[in-house]
Amino acid sequence: MSRGEAIGLMLAIIVVAVAAVLPLILDGYWLSVALTAMMYVALATSWTLFSGPTRYLSLATGAFFGIGGYLVGLGMSDYGLSFWLMAAIAPVVATALALLIGLATLRLSGVYFVIFTLGLAEMIRNLVSWIQNNFLGSRGLYVLTDFTDADIYWMLLAVSVAIFALGWWINRSRLGFALRIIGSDEEVAKHVGIDTAWSKVVLFMVTGFFAALIGALVAPRYSYIEPNVVFSPELSFIVVVMALLGGIHRLWGPLVGVIPFTLIWEGITISFPNYTTLFLGFSFLLIVYFLPHGVVGLMQSLVRRVGR
Amino acid sequence: MDRRSVLRAACTWAAAAGIGALAVTSALAEDTVKIGVVSHKTGPLAGGEAVTHTPNIEMWVKQVNDRGGLKVDGGQKKIELIDYDDKTNPAEHIKAVQRLATQDKVDFMLSPYGTGFNVAAAPIYAKYGYPLIAVSAITDKIPELASRFPNMFFTLGSTTGFVEGARDTLVGLRDAGVIGNRIAMVNVADAFGIELADVARPMLTEAGFEIVYDKSYPLGTPDLSPIIKGAKAAEPDAFVAWSYPPDTFGLTEQAIIEDLDVNAYYTAVATAFPAFSAKFGSKIEGNLGAGGVNPDTPAMQAYREEHKAVTGKEPDYWASATYYASLQILEQAIEGVGTLDRQAVIDYIKTHTFDTVIGPVSFDENNNSERYWSVGQWRDGVFRAVADTGMGDSVKPVAKDGWN
Amino acid sequence: MDILISGLLLGGTYALIAMGLNLQYGVARIMNLANGEMLVLGGLAAFWLFVADGLSPIATVFLVAPLAFAGNWLIYRLLIRPLVRRAKTQGQLDVDSILSTFGMSFIFVGLMVTIHGEYFTYSYLADPFSILGTTVAVNRLVAFIAAVAIGAAICFWLYRTQSGTAVRAVSVSTEAAGLVGINVERVSAFAFAIGGAVTAVGGTLISTFITLDASMGVIFTMKALIIVIMGGVGDIRGAIIAALLLGLVETAVATIIDPGLTLVAAYVIFLSVLLFRPQGLFGRRAS
Repeated sequence: MSRGEAIGLMLAIIVVAVAAVLPLILDGYWLSVALTAMMYVALATSWTLFSGPTRYLSLATGAFFGIGGYLVGLGMSDYGLSFWLMAAIAPVVATALALLIGLATLRLSGVYFVIFTLGLAEMIRNLVSWIQNNFLGSRGLYVLTDFTDADIYWMLLAVSVAIFALGWWINRSRLGFALRIIGSDEEVAKHVGIDTAWSKVVLFMVTGFFAALIGALVAPRYSYIEPNVVFSPELSFIVVVMALLGGIHRLWGPLVGVIPFTLIWEGITISFPNYTTLFLGFSFLLIVYFLPHGVVGLMQSLVRRVGR
Repeated sequence: MDRRSVLRAACTWAAAAGIGALAVTSALAEDTVKIGVVSHKTGPLAGGEAVTHTPNIEMWVKQVNDRGGLKVDGGQKKIELIDYDDKTNPAEHIKAVQRLATQDKVDFMLSPYGTGFNVAAAPIYAKYGYPLIAVSAITDKIPELASRFPNMFFTLGSTTGFVEGARDTLVGLRDAGVIGNRIAMVNVADAFGIELADVARPMLTEAGFEIVYDKSYPLGTPDLSPIIKGAKAAEPDAFVAWSYPPDTFGLTEQAIIEDLDVNAYYTAVATAFPAFSAKFGSKIEGNLGAGGVNPDTPAMQAYREEHKAVTGKEPDYWASATYYASLQILEQAIEGVGTLDRQAVIDYIKTHTFDTVIGPVSFDENNNSERYWSVGQWRDGVFRAVADTGMGDSVKPVAKDGWN
Repeated sequence: MDILISGLLLGGTYALIAMGLNLQYGVARIMNLANGEMLVLGGLAAFWLFVADGLSPIATVFLVAPLAFAGNWLIYRLLIRPLVRRAKTQGQLDVDSILSTFGMSFIFVGLMVTIHGEYFTYSYLADPFSILGTTVAVNRLVAFIAAVAIGAAICFWLYRTQSGTAVRAVSVSTEAAGLVGINVERVSAFAFAIGGAVTAVGGTLISTFITLDASMGVIFTMKALIIVIMGGVGDIRGAIIAALLLGLVETAVATIIDPGLTLVAAYVIFLSVLLFRPQGLFGRRAS
């Protein structure tokens, strides 16, 4: 292990340790802010695992997240199954779906891929609503558990750690190398004998797995699951935006994007209760114009300046 | 990135963080009663909230403060309203409620708009001991929710009670010879629409009706004409739509265009909105819909006048009055207790009867008020209740006679 | 027959939603996520003027078009051009335009909510009209006729005039267009502004038969994105055909199978088109 890696590992351990004790010191409100941030950290980081190196922007997060939340709601409310069973089943279903999507989208590139995933997510949302309407006949899906915010927070933290560990491992593995080549030039990647299709599909399945798992874990917080709420297209967009704000070429990019952005979001919600949406919009514009390379870019140039 | 842009970027973030820090340490005034509410100012439910909740809160706060404030602790304290926007997002909603409870330390909170939001917020209200007098929450899980959250109260009825109202109205019309047995039923494929249709299907069949057309449509369907055409082709005697605001407008417009000739025409949410009658004028005479009120009581008349005077717009003919009643209940309970002790207020709500704009309200062992109107009918520009549970002041429904 | 006529009318509505974005993304290369909000803004203008002053939405169209053109031109000049100049690749521009127009969509929603937070609903030309035995609403028919007129005008402009040829050249390749002496920035700004005006006019017309509210833009943005991509980026004919196809499919499914499946069917069509033609109906193979 090199010196740089050792420092990185130490830093990571400290960050995780601090994050783990937060629920013990924060009050209810700040805990729920931390929980929201943790959810976005997990979602945006797992999104970046695939979209960062390959530069295929996926808008299917909402679909996977929705599968997680919806299956938990359906299993618990209609079939009396346990939360843990459903939280285990949901990611598997999502992974299988991601496999299909991955195989279907192999020929698509650029904006066609982006909008394909968006259309797919919308199709799933409408299909689930229709199935529930015609075959399940549910009377509202309730997820009533005894989980506290702290429990959910710790579960999400564990998921985030797993995502980071996996991301770190992928970056060092042959798979990560392959993905970076795909990102810079897919033709070259093919010529040097990289199985581009397989690499992309596997990574896409990973993001699907995690998004569904997160959706399942967050479901008890919502208590009441509506297909049109959990399969939210807005969530897909926000995850993309948060990851882009941070920077998608580093594993920790989304992390440094999500945290300040969540705080700004809170600040705006509190300061301008009647114009929250308006000022959020302004803050987006400011960030785009003054932070062209995301938070990672800002940090790197600061580091460079200090180093000089 | 050059030096200047780095500096500029750093300044942007610092300024943004500053906004956050400033807001966190907002000063608090000691001699007020702080009341919090988290509303949907944007997002899918914003349009409904703006009609049914927001004007009532504005009016109530003004009324209480104009008379000097709430009578507590031997004196009078004015209301300070703290209001956040959740963008119709459950995660944001939960966070904002937490903030009201732990940061702003509000004395009381008002209920949110929508069943899902009431259920999602209930655990937090329970954790910090706030009474939650839910209005825009219609569910069949009232007993289960009330046993889980003993601080949660229900005022607008259950899904079953609601559908029973519609069934009784249709049965009444059938008994009067106005309609036959054939019903066309459609619903929006979203939580509340699905739930209502699911309850209605067996209930209507049991009452001897034949459902000749039974389809759903997705939220946000841009063209509802195939549905009305399909319903019309099934030659129904009555048309029932478990619909949301945009499709309540859309279906009705198509029904007028297609001249859907039924003697009973029912649409759900938003039929009671003033905008509904403003849009369609006299064409909706005889239309049935969710809600309804008894517009003849002096209390209701005074309420409607005051609402118009203070907020500049008319209240709807359904949950507006009930939401205002929930504010009256809170007000009377606080003044009845005489302090800001929330547990005492919850106990007071459980054990007392309140005099409100919708008449006397009290809660049963499931924290449920079994007094609500469930179906209304447009008559001469007024949406009168024609079915109710426990109210007893509904009028008899009449036939819908064409779209003129 | 019902299906054909109602389907074409719905297709016309979709064309109104998508033609503007097609110009904005196809020519100016801006993935405009605030497209739906621009549409709702057009609807709000119609509602506002109709309720307050009794002005007919048809008249509002002629007010909205120049205002939206000017507004979108300013948006391009002030907010988007810096991003275009800064971007080294189309990928970078896509990322920047996603972020900035997402922000703009929030700003538009925030502004519209302060103007009117309730539903924009009013009644205009909601009268039956019979074509070949099929009853249609006059307001939908008017929107369809407008869609045909706008579509024909754009096609004429693009394929029969010199400035249109320049626009098409830019949509094929900004670099090559620049080399042959076309002012790419000016053409892009113009296309973006025209696109915005078309979208806002579409919103004005659509508000006569669909109940809008301030937050509903995202629905239209998604629909427009789907149609533009299905038709193929940068080809107005593709967008129009995709719009009509979706309208027909949705109406056919609603009438024959189940109205609950209309949107599912529309997305299935979209997905299958991309599976068989990854570049859309009329798109060029990416080089």
